[in-house]
Amino acid sequence: MQQEWLWSDSLINLFTGLGMPKFLAIGLAYGLGAFILANVGLILTLALIWIMRKVLSRIQDRIGPNRVGRYGLFQTVADAMKLLSKEVIRPAHSDMITYDLAPVFSVFGVIMILAVIPFAPGLIGVDLNIGVLYLVALGSVGIMADLMAGWSSNNKYALLAGFRVVAQLLSYEIPMVLSMLAPVLLLGTMRMGEISAAQGLHVLGLNLGFGWLVFLMPGAFLIFFISALAESEQTPFDLLEAESELISGFHIEYSGMKFAMFFLAQFINTFFLGAIAVTLFLGGWQGPFVDNLPAPFSQILGLIYFNIKTFAVYIAIVWIKGTFPRIRVDQMMSFAWKVLVPLVLSLILWEMIALKLPGGAVIQYGAVLVGNLVVIGVVLNILGNHFKREQVRSKRAFEPKTLIGTMRPAPTAETAAAGD
Amino acid sequence: MVPITWYLILAAFLFSCGLYAALARRNAIAVLIGVELMLNAVNINLIAFWRYGENVENLAGQMFSIFVIAIAAAEAAVGLALIISVYRNRKTVNLDELDVLQG
Amino acid sequence: MPANLDELIAQLPTFQQFMFVQVALFTAVMALLVVLARNLFHNALALVGALFGVAGLYALLEAEFLAVSQVLIYVGGISTLITFAIMLTRGMMFGDTSPNNRQAGTAAIVIGTMFSVMAGFLLQVPWQEAYVELGDGQAIIANLGRLFVNEYLIPFEMMALLLLVVLAGAIMLARDHMIE
Repeated sequence: MQQEWLWSDSLINLFTGLGMPKFLAIGLAYGLGAFILANVGLILTLALIWIMRKVLSRIQDRIGPNRVGRYGLFQTVADAMKLLSKEVIRPAHSDMITYDLAPVFSVFGVIMILAVIPFAPGLIGVDLNIGVLYLVALGSVGIMADLMAGWSSNNKYALLAGFRVVAQLLSYEIPMVLSMLAPVLLLGTMRMGEISAAQGLHVLGLNLGFGWLVFLMPGAFLIFFISALAESEQTPFDLLEAESELISGFHIEYSGMKFAMFFLAQFINTFFLGAIAVTLFLGGWQGPFVDNLPAPFSQILGLIYFNIKTFAVYIAIVWIKGTFPRIRVDQMMSFAWKVLVPLVLSLILWEMIALKLPGGAVIQYGAVLVGNLVVIGVVLNILGNHFKREQVRSKRAFEPKTLIGTMRPAPTAETAAAGD
Repeated sequence: MVPITWYLILAAFLFSCGLYAALARRNAIAVLIGVELMLNAVNINLIAFWRYGENVENLAGQMFSIFVIAIAAAEAAVGLALIISVYRNRKTVNLDELDVLQG
Repeated sequence: MPANLDELIAQLPTFQQFMFVQVALFTAVMALLVVLARNLFHNALALVGALFGVAGLYALLEAEFLAVSQVLIYVGGISTLITFAIMLTRGMMFGDTSPNNRQAGTAAIVIGTMFSVMAGFLLQVPWQEAYVELGDGQAIIANLGRLFVNEYLIPFEMMALLLLVVLAGAIMLARDHMIE
């Protein structure tokens, strides 16, 4: 087991080996780590946008970007160049400081997520003992940034969109936080590294890496995934800036680089929420034989597993984006408060009771699994009933018979007398 | 190590700022903001005394701070609801114009 | 040469002190802005900054759970509430009247005196600083959780009750009665 390997330790050892004093080596190692992490996020966005375009166009029976570079790989770079060279327009009477700070905060709140994501065994920015709570707290920074952007633009549509953002993000933060508590309750730790490490499956000393929590708590994962879709403002919850219906959301008055920053924050937020889902529920870097290899290979293998899973989640999100219709704002709110919050509360309560049941781990885990399956059943049942109702309603709305039925001729004097 | 006095003086400064906002501002929301600042100053003191105390295992300082945070949240919610209600009736939240009860 | 370097390092302010000065300056400036900025929305944003600074102080004091709770509850909840209230009671933001009332001058003098007296006293007192090394931070968080359901169970439940009452009360107060 090479669980003790840590990137920071080996970097610090390397630097002290070069003859640096200890404090300088520590500072340099962590500075380098932070620099690499922050830039990985930025470069990743180019790839993410390219993947989204390609997958979406495949779903819509198109080819997608194919001019700049092979397979259109550099299309995003060209677009980024265009955005960078655009003029930055400031709306009149906008609040300068707030207007300039909002995009920075927006990106800041998202990039900081990377600090606690375990990419491979021992490859984690800092394994905070409150890692999960830290992720939750960062979400509120993003909300504040959106509100700042909406207010400072001096545009009432931007302000209204800011209200919409706060309403949606605050509503879905509650089920998301509570579903993130499910793994925390089971494993008794908030460290992201430990949560990843605990999801292995050791058979005869070999780590098969398939003890993923999603097999034990699929209900919590479902609720987390739905809330993460809403938090990252993706379809079916992208009514905040419904591209085909509204002009834009809270960032309507932003142009050039500042708009690009909001855009970037949204894309990497989608990806990072996928990474959080992978870490909490899909085993993180766990995979077959991941920690049975000597030090560098085990990390590389873990990194590969982690990236495969995270990109798979991202592509699933894009798939949903390509196939789902957008929901209405009242449906969005009532789904959060009337379905998800009560369900996730009862799920957490049931998990607490189940983990105290007598009879060992098998019965406890079985009870947890049963509770999760019930939750999935309830969610699917509610959604199914809702779709059936909507279908009936829309069918009735488009049937000519019903339309004619409502269009009665205006009552004349004779018919009115006959009717009475 | 940071001397505890630094923390205490900073907390005193925050408390003074909050008190000034509560006493001197016209707008009821600004007064509420001042009260939040004062509560935070108290929390800094609680945590500092917990950290520099002899018995770190006794988490009373942290517990009280958590309770203070919860009370602050409750106070902000009710206070702002009151302010909105007052604004709806009087079309102002300036405290020196709200003098109906003055004889 | 390394020996000299070590001596030099011993005389330098520690990393913690350096960080404290930065965070404290940030918090103090933000607190001043909370009081002095004329625009109410700027006050609220400065409050967010000050609350972030306080969260940083908690982190320096190794109370990580509180630091994160502070960001979560204050920045995510209370600040959003305050900004919403500011926007709902609009027209207050761009007022051309003074944001201060008549007693501002007196209040400034009294509070200035109070602060200097307090700071003087704080500098005089010989504080006993034990500063025990903290062990595992995770043990502290586990202890916090345990305390909530053992020693502090009744205050904790009272808090839950209070929040429930507040939830209902705030909705009742802020509800628009014209709709009915």
